Amino acid sequence: MRNVFLFISRYINLLFFLFLQVVALTLLFSYNKFHEAAFMGVANEVSGKVNLRYNNVENYFSLKKDNESLRTQNTRLLNLLKSDFDWPDSILSIVNDTIRIDSLEQYRKYLYLPAKVISTTVNSQNNYVMLHRGSGQGVGVNMAVVGPDGVIGTVVNVSRNMSVVMGMLHRQSKIVAMLKKGSGFGEVIWDGKTPNLVQLIKIPKTVKVSKGDSVVTSQYSDKYPPGHLVGVVEKVEDDKSTSTYVLTLRTATNFYSVQHAYVVRNMQKEELDALEKTIKKDNE
Amino acid sequence: MSDLLKNIIRFVVFLLVQVFLLNRIPPLHRFISPYLYFLFILWLPFKMPRLALTLVGFFFGLCLDFFTKTPGLHAAACTLIAYVRPFLITLLMPKEIMEINYAEPSIKSMGWMQYSVYILVLTSLHHTWLVFLEWLEVGDFLYFLGKVMGTLTVSLLLILITEMIFPRKARYRNNSA
Repeated sequence: MRNVFLFISRYINLLFFLFLQVVALTLLFSYNKFHEAAFMGVANEVSGKVNLRYNNVENYFSLKKDNESLRTQNTRLLNLLKSDFDWPDSILSIVNDTIRIDSLEQYRKYLYLPAKVISTTVNSQNNYVMLHRGSGQGVGVNMAVVGPDGVIGTVVNVSRNMSVVMGMLHRQSKIVAMLKKGSGFGEVIWDGKTPNLVQLIKIPKTVKVSKGDSVVTSQYSDKYPPGHLVGVVEKVEDDKSTSTYVLTLRTATNFYSVQHAYVVRNMQKEELDALEKTIKKDNE
Repeated sequence: MSDLLKNIIRFVVFLLVQVFLLNRIPPLHRFISPYLYFLFILWLPFKMPRLALTLVGFFFGLCLDFFTKTPGLHAAACTLIAYVRPFLITLLMPKEIMEINYAEPSIKSMGWMQYSVYILVLTSLHHTWLVFLEWLEVGDFLYFLGKVMGTLTVSLLLILITEMIFPRKARYRNNSA
């Protein structure tokens, strides 16, 4: 027993060092795997507050660009308004609508919650975007996040007032997307090399693709509302081993300077999940 | 100013500079990401107990990790250099001179040559371990090698600039003080 104590007191420095290394590595690898180490919730609030202060100053520098981008988005939305479209009156007799309930409201699928971006990174292999909106304001894990220009990512961690978004520039990010002009859907991933350049894989070679084609979110995604711009095709390459393309996209969202975002809540997600669960149960 | 207060201020300043200045610089190349924060550990006083040194290294790295959302990554690298630091100092300097005369490692206290070796060894150790942990996910050896070299060059340049902008007055300690 005495020898054990002697050993410990002699190598206390080494043992302490090894202990701290093990703690650090455990934190690192468990976090990357599950995205939700408990302590990060607390840390979010603290580092989020500091980030928020900094962002309040930083915001002023990009006001002009932000206004520009919001204005383009407004224009696009205004052009979709019903009142923009006019058609010749061809009604023959007036009929009163007898349905009392507004059926549109019941079937709302996506709800957009505005949020301010308080920090973003592009330098590392796993980049995150932080939003000033958390569980207290209706944000939950696994919700989609889009910006005024296009898709940003998925919420992976929420605290009371902040949330952490896994951006497209993340090694584990995977977004179901398709070519805007039609057929073929694939997955958008990031190879970790150049920021703002992501890869679209699994698009079959039978589809005609050319440089400059738009890639949008697919209706098969359970998170993203369909039709949001992911990026524009920059380079077309053949995947030698399979019969699919590897397309390099320039992301629609500029991750260096994104300032505003919308968290998208899928109102029918619970129903969909419950349905999928029964299928799994039936198969067992 | 007491050593403790000075180091607490340094802790905060190094952290803020790393998070809000260096991490915000648009990357020139995928091999280059500027790191300076670990200089805090290299500047800690000579006479700090080794246990405390390791613990401070771990805690400092963890604080940065909170901002970069990589819990453990920088903490692991900082713990490593904080642990190795005392060995290197004993190797580079005769013990009795350093303990009596100066408070912390600097060009003046260690000598130009020794200080450069000290910085070079610990910086490359830090970067190698940091990039290695990052590389485990990427798995491209060229990336590993390139990134270590790239970040090392940039860091050494940053340290050189820091040393030139802030020439720390190394206080000479004699026995009467």
